[in-house]
Formats: sequence, structure tokens, C-alpha cells
Amino acid sequence: MTPLVEVVDVTRRYPAGGGEGVEALAGVSFTIDPGEFVAIIGPSGSGKSTLLHLLGALDRPTTGTVRIGGRDIAQLDDRELASLRNAEIGFVFQQFQLLARTPAVANVALPLIYAGVGNAERQRRARATLEAVGLAHRLTHRPAELSGGEQQRVAIARALVTRPRLVLADEPTGNLDTATGQEVMGLLQRLHAEEGIAVVVITHDLEIAALAPRQLRLRDGLLVGAPVAGR
Amino acid sequence: MSVAEAFRVAVTAILANRLRAGLTMLGVIIGVLSVVLLVAVGSGARAEVTSGVEDLGSNLLIIAPGSLQFGQAPSRSTFTLNDVERLDRALEGRAAVAGNLTSGETVRAEGESAFLSVLGVTASFDDVVRRPIARGDFLSDSDVATSRRVAVLGSSAAEGLFPRLDPLARSITISGVRFRVIGVVEALGGSFGVDRDAQVYIPVTAAQRLFGIRTLDTLFVKSPDRDDLDRLSTEIERELQRGSEQAEFSILTQDDILGVAGEILDTLTFVLAAIAGISLLVGGIGVSNIMLVSVSERTREIGLRKALGARTRDITLQFLVEAVLLCGVGGLLGIAGGVGLAVLADTFTPVPASVTGWSVALAFTTSVGVGIFFGVFPARRAGRLDPVAALRHE
Repeated sequence: MTPLVEVVDVTRRYPAGGGEGVEALAGVSFTIDPGEFVAIIGPSGSGKSTLLHLLGALDRPTTGTVRIGGRDIAQLDDRELASLRNAEIGFVFQQFQLLARTPAVANVALPLIYAGVGNAERQRRARATLEAVGLAHRLTHRPAELSGGEQQRVAIARALVTRPRLVLADEPTGNLDTATGQEVMGLLQRLHAEEGIAVVVITHDLEIAALAPRQLRLRDGLLVGAPVAGR
Repeated sequence: MSVAEAFRVAVTAILANRLRAGLTMLGVIIGVLSVVLLVAVGSGARAEVTSGVEDLGSNLLIIAPGSLQFGQAPSRSTFTLNDVERLDRALEGRAAVAGNLTSGETVRAEGESAFLSVLGVTASFDDVVRRPIARGDFLSDSDVATSRRVAVLGSSAAEGLFPRLDPLARSITISGVRFRVIGVVEALGGSFGVDRDAQVYIPVTAAQRLFGIRTLDTLFVKSPDRDDLDRLSTEIERELQRGSEQAEFSILTQDDILGVAGEILDTLTFVLAAIAGISLLVGGIGVSNIMLVSVSERTREIGLRKALGARTRDITLQFLVEAVLLCGVGGLLGIAGGVGLAVLADTFTPVPASVTGWSVALAFTTSVGVGIFFGVFPARRAGRLDPVAALRHE
């Protein structure tokens, strides 16, 4: 089976105040198969966010290769990266990142605008997806009128509406209480099981990470316990 | 993302922040409104002058004493009735000749009195300088020949002197001399600040006797044929130089007057439009400023949109369309306001205002142009934001 995501010997260095700069990732390799559920664990500063941006095709590696759906993101221009994100990846953020003063349906329909889907079809699919995450009764509510858990479920619906093969969740429970966090994780697990979507959850919370069948531990820009290629 | 889609997104964004959108538009609204309104006032003034000149009667030559140049004191007139007769003879019925003299006088009638322009005129005056009679008759040749003490009243003069009575066949007193009213002129309105309805016409001979003078102020020649004016003008000039006591005089056509007045008013309109244009420019800079604020306020939104698949072009287009929409809608509101105010001013104030198509079109295209011009910079800045940095932005 072709892996959905292939990360080969990836480093990412940020230029900073002269010299070598900051090396956020120091040589990381792993693959994620279609339909896998993976947790990436690590303390802050371990390179989690950098890795998330690479997996999400928001950024390119300094060296090494990141392939998503078989395509090397270093070879794609900004336009192609944008359509790759739109088609293959759904993002779930710690801060939800919903558009304020915008009804839930419109928030969920947002990625479909950039996929070139017509308005009527956007509305239909956004509704259906909101119903699938249990928010049929909250279609026209604005983010401020929703609880934290409901907001995160709207964000999950937005991540799913384009039917991506990969959902990247960055600390999805970080802004929620434990019970609500469990609910959101339950939802992600259910969607993973029912829809066969690969889910990558990035977290520093071991309890949350324990819900994933596979865990990758990141420390100081390196995977812990993984064989380090070339060293 | 299509342009139609960009419009939808921009409308949503504008509606999500109505107050700010309204305040931003205000600058454009005021700019466009002033362009439309001020140009309307300028062209209103022009239209009034034009109709005022045309109201004098068509194909008219005005013969005034002196050389009529700026910075020169008006010359004293030495035109006399002889000049009217001489021109009349010389032009042999090809053109009508009239003359007048004017004096401001207090006119009394049955307990009422008013300060009016008293015009001593020849009998041809009503034809030559268009004074259509509403009731009764105008002065006749025999009235002039015999210095008969009869008068014709302008419409407001008639109302002022005889508020409740029929003025015909009643008496008025000018400088202590009684005149019998034989006619009333139709209402004509003002022209060049002269209220042509507050005038009293008496035989020029009677006027000369009354005021103790033997001169006329102005001569008028009316030709039935417009193409004849130039030739007439030359003929009149020759005739007057040969026989008149008036050494220096000017012959003006309506086109001469319109040309000079039109030039002045065109300059005025242009200056007004330029001033209004500056306020439109300031409004545009306001839009640019707000768009920049909006881009930095919405950095996270931009990052999010990019993460969800928006391309640089999509974001740029969204913000550009937003700026153009603000300016375009502001422009439409400004046009509505400008047209409304112009109509109000024209109806309820003495300020003439006529809205011109070109000013509306110019104001609208300028405001949309301003939107594009001042929207491009913030929009490109929005489009170029790095999604990772934008998402992290607090």
C-alpha cells in the first residue's frame, strides 16, 4: 500500500539572529498509511508545530522530503500547495479558528469555496456534514452562540466537508474541559472508523494520545525511539 | 475562486462589520456627493445664464456706450432718439430697432408704493426685447410721439402696486407725475440679478421729460435672421460712426455675452469639481487605511483561508473586491445624496442646480477607480501573508 504521508529525513531550520538559526526538526522520518490514527506527542518546543505545518503542506522542509498522496511538496508551487491542502487535508485547530459573526453552515462551507463548488451544493454539503457531527440544530448559530465543544465540532465538520484523506488536529482538546475533550476525541475516532479518514492528532496530553493506536514521540526535533537514519 | 464568489465573500465580510464599513464609505459618500452637487450648482448657474441671455429675445444685437472692457468705467451715454430713427431708416425694415433709458424710482398707486425700475422705451421695445403682454396693450408709436403719460407694468410691479385691484386704467404716480396703466407684461422671472418683473415701461419721450435728459442708455436691434447679425452689426457700426454723437460704443450679440459668461462659469465649475475631487481622494485614502487595518485585524482569517485552500490570488481578489465594493456602494449613495441635495437646492433655495450626466458618471467611475487604486496595496499585502505566520498571529 502506498503511504498517504511519507516523511523522509526531514529537517526544518528557521533563520534567526545570524549563524545556523534554529533547527526545529533535526531529521525525522516516518510514514502514515491511509486510514491510520496517529498521535504525535511532545513537549512544547519539540518541533510538533513545525511538523504539523509540513504535514499540512503549509510549509516546505529545509532538507529531506515530505510526500503527501505521493506528491513531493517541495516540488509544488504555492498554487499547487493550496489546492493540495484544499483537496487532501482537513485542519482542526486548538483555537477553533472559526470566522466570527458567521453562521456555522457558512464556516463549514468555507473550504468548498476554494474547491470551486457552487453555492447551493456548498450549503447542502455543509449541512450534511454538520448533521454528521451532531449539530443539525446549530446550523445558523454563530460561533459566539456555541459552546467550546460545539465550536470544535463545527471546526471538525469544516475539516471533513471536502472529504480529505487526512485530518490534522493540532491540540484539538487544548481549549476544552476534560469531558468535552473526550467527546471531541470520540467524534474524531468515530469519523476515522466510519469514513476511513487518516487522523493525526498533535498533543502534549498523554491521556489524549493514549486514545490513538499509534504514537510518535517528538523531542528536540527528533523522533524518540525511532531509528535515526544516517547517524 | 471566481469574481462572483469573491463578491459573495466580500459582501459577507462587509455585512459582518457594518459600522466600520459605513464609516469607511462615509468618506467616499461625501466625496462623490460633493462632486455631483458642486458640478450641479456650476452647471445650474450656467444654464440660468444661458436661459437669461436667450430670454432677452433671439437674434438680438445690444448696442451699449463705451468699449465694455474689464477695468474700464462705463462711459456716459450720448445715444439719442435720433440714433434710433437713423438706424431704423438705414436698416429699412430688415430689422427692428428699440432704445431705452432706465431710472430707479419710487412709484405710488392708491396707498401702495414700491421702488421700481422705470424704463423709458420706444414702442418697438416689447417686440425687440421680448416683453409679451398679458393684459391690455404695450405702448404705441403715438404714445411715444406725443409723450403720452401711459404706463405698462411688469407682473410683480402690478401685484405690488395693485394687490387687490385690477391695474388697468388706474393711475400710478412717478416722481409726482400721474400715468395711466394701459397694460401688464407676463411674468418673466429674473436674469443676471435683474428682476424683469419689477419694471414699469413708459414712453421714452415721457421719460426723458420726466427725468430731464435727452439721452438713451442702450439701443437694441433685432433681426429676423440669425445669419444676418454680422452684416447688420457692420452696418450699424458704420451708421453710428457717421451720424451719432456717441463716439465710442460696443455691439454685442447674445453669443458674445454667452461666450464670456460661459467661460467664467466653466472655470467655476471646474474649480468646484476639483475641490470636490480632492475630498474624494481623501475618502479613497481613508478606504486604503481601513483596508490595511482590516488586513492586519484579519490576519488569522487570512491564514485560515490559506490553510483551507485559498490561493494568493483568492485572498487578493477578496480584499480588492471588498475595497471596490465599499467605494462603489459609497459612490452610489453619494450620487443619490448629491442628486437629492441638488434637487432640494434647486427647488427650495435660490441656488440653481442641474445634475449633469457626465459628473455622475465621472464621480462613480472615479470612486470605483479609487477603490481599485487604494485597494490594491492592502489586498496584495493580504494575499502575500505566509499562512503559518498568519495562523499564529494573535
